[in-house]
Amino acid sequence: MNIPKSSPTGGCGGGCPTKEKGADLHRRDFLKSGAAMATVTLAPGVTLMSMGSGVAAAANPDTRWGLLIDAAKCPSDCSACVTACSDEHGWENNGEPTDPQWIRKVTLKNRDTGFENSLPVMCQHCANPPCVDVCPTGASFKREDGIVLVDRHTCIGCRYCMMACPFKARSFVHEPVTGQKVTTPRGNGTVEGCNMCVHKLDRGEGTTACVEACKITGNNAMIFGDLNDAESDISKALANYPSIELRADLKLNLGVRYQNI
Amino acid sequence: MERIIYRELKSTPQIWGFLALLGVFIAAAGAVVLYIEHHGHIVTGMDNQIVWGLPHVFAIFLIVAASGALNVASIGSVFGKVAYKPMARLSALLAVALLVGGLAVLVLDLGRPDRLIVAMTNFNFISIFTWNILLYTGFVAIVAVYMFTQMARGVPTYAVKTAGLAAFLWRLILTTGTGSIFGWLVARQAYDAAIMAPLFIVLSFAIGMASFLLVTMGITHLTGRAFGAELRTRLARLLAIFIAALMFFTTMQHLTNLYAAEHWGVESFILRDGGIYTTLFWGVQVLVGGVLPMGILFHPTLGKEAGLVVLSSLLVIAGGFAQIYVLVIGGQAYPLEIFPGYEVSSSFADGVINSYTPSMLELILGLGGVALALAITIIGMKFLRILPNSLSDANVGSKV
Amino acid sequence: MKRLIIATIVLFGLAVGMSQAGSVYPEIPMASGEAHPEGNEYWRVNHMDLLRHDRDLTMREGIRDTDASIAECVTCHAVNGLDAKPVTVKSEDHFCRVCHDYAAVKIDCFQCHNSIPPELSGASLMFKKQANTLEVLMAYIEGLSR
Repeated sequence: MNIPKSSPTGGCGGGCPTKEKGADLHRRDFLKSGAAMATVTLAPGVTLMSMGSGVAAAANPDTRWGLLIDAAKCPSDCSACVTACSDEHGWENNGEPTDPQWIRKVTLKNRDTGFENSLPVMCQHCANPPCVDVCPTGASFKREDGIVLVDRHTCIGCRYCMMACPFKARSFVHEPVTGQKVTTPRGNGTVEGCNMCVHKLDRGEGTTACVEACKITGNNAMIFGDLNDAESDISKALANYPSIELRADLKLNLGVRYQNI
Repeated sequence: MERIIYRELKSTPQIWGFLALLGVFIAAAGAVVLYIEHHGHIVTGMDNQIVWGLPHVFAIFLIVAASGALNVASIGSVFGKVAYKPMARLSALLAVALLVGGLAVLVLDLGRPDRLIVAMTNFNFISIFTWNILLYTGFVAIVAVYMFTQMARGVPTYAVKTAGLAAFLWRLILTTGTGSIFGWLVARQAYDAAIMAPLFIVLSFAIGMASFLLVTMGITHLTGRAFGAELRTRLARLLAIFIAALMFFTTMQHLTNLYAAEHWGVESFILRDGGIYTTLFWGVQVLVGGVLPMGILFHPTLGKEAGLVVLSSLLVIAGGFAQIYVLVIGGQAYPLEIFPGYEVSSSFADGVINSYTPSMLELILGLGGVALALAITIIGMKFLRILPNSLSDANVGSKV
Repeated sequence: MKRLIIATIVLFGLAVGMSQAGSVYPEIPMASGEAHPEGNEYWRVNHMDLLRHDRDLTMREGIRDTDASIAECVTCHAVNGLDAKPVTVKSEDHFCRVCHDYAAVKIDCFQCHNSIPPELSGASLMFKKQANTLEVLMAYIEGLSR
């Protein structure tokens, strides 16, 4: 199904989303609505135009955002990352099986040795995401910078992505929602999941709510960064210490890596 | 031998009464859809672990049965068996009706059924789901053309044969697509198997033939038209062969999984420890839906009894339904193995068997789909020349 | 004769309708903030296309400083209720609903988006950066060479 890509960021993998609707707009309209647009006249009749600061902040194909989670530093009684995500995005899990859960703490116990471990699991932001492959409308898609998202404008709520996801990373919104955060619109009948705090990244903050919360606890079990940048903290940590991907047998090339499981 | 004359159904109280009954079911399903759309899926039995529930079992059953119901027409047009030809129109009509009924359930269970237009205008061609949308709509169109070639005057035989062949090939691809919805789910231990596509095809043979037998026997009984015992027995024998093929494919599916230690977890769940799923598998799918009807239909005398053919068809339908239930729901009930070799626990049902109790709403929605399929079949027969005046053995030449 | 009667009834009905029309036309609430430079008429006709266009830019490409964003729509066009707080789309006084109810067009935004100004829904509006022309040109050329 998927053509393997040499670059982990590579395009939109196997599931290129459908053409943007906006392309139907006239250029005149486009100029009017797209803000911070600069138009530079190089010579009479030759006009250069470009998106404004958007270019720098928007999804950059040279970047691949990723997370590194050190299970050894993650205490089993801490769920600061889960609380932070819930606060940041406005979802709430009260223990009902219909409640959403973008990120969860999983406790592992080795069947042979009895050794226990605790770690957070969320969308793993695969380079070859099965959810993107199976989505009939292209609502499930991968951004240029490797973040896997649900476009709720075109999600029809078929839940095939939830069937396809190896990590149970997605939730279906089972009831009408009100009072959403402006940065995280979410609503009944559509599927949702970890979006790597894409609004923060687009603002140039370069971090996520869960990672910040983990730092505040002092555990420092999570590192966020650009997997494509050899100088980033995450790349250096990955280069120097052993790490694994969950379900590595599926060869999905995950954006989230773990240590000390 | 008389000529085969196709006639519309007469307006009898029985026909109208039956249609009214179906109307009640359809209206109830409509109300359920509005209710679920208003309150969200929280009012159903489905949740974030069992994301596909009873409506999907109904939808898949109807869609798979639809392609199988076309078999009778294909045997006549494509494989040239003369005795089957008088039933070809009904076979094609029933196929379209079952498909529409199944599609209705599938679409109305979406989280956003109001966005159907989005599904019809945004396509991701990597998705087998997308291909299924095209296969379903294409099936309706091709079978409609096929019916037209059968019913219009002066259509040359080769045109009927070509349309029949196209419909036959299309239906094979369609069921391949439906099976691949599960076969291509790489992450789930219960699915991810190439055998899903052929398994679904033989499943369609069995439940499609059972549906066709029931509808034909029912409607000929209701309208007092003849349905020859020889013809019925031939169809019933064919059904028995289809059941045998289905049981063979099911055996191979589980044997293959049992050979790989990797799949022991999910196999022991379905075959031994799965509670309701194990009961459904051995009790309904294998015994009631397989061994029992096969025993009856292959029996030299019992297989000729009209009542027992009806019973066997009902059993096959129950077995097929159980098979899809075990596959769809049982496959999700078994926990995803994200950390092989570890005991896992979390606040999001990691490592536990997921429970599912279908709500009445889902049952009503599913039954609405069945009612819709039957209503389309009867309305079709009421206004089009679908059903022959007589399907007696002398008439259709089923005596060899 | 029959036709004449029907025509008369239809004409009468139309006349009554016309005489009522002035009173049923929606009263569009006043907005705060600067007026749209393109004019209200342009936005009345095109708002859905502009929103759809910019939503795809934001959603798919991560470009967030667009003009047409629902958060900004509901900020300038907030309508206060009796408690002096902006009403949500549940109220028929909500800016969007005034016309949409009149035209009987379903709004498909607020199942997911908040319908009151962001300050009140617990988050701040995205800030907008004013682009430096030279910076933009460099970024564009860089993009071409990539």
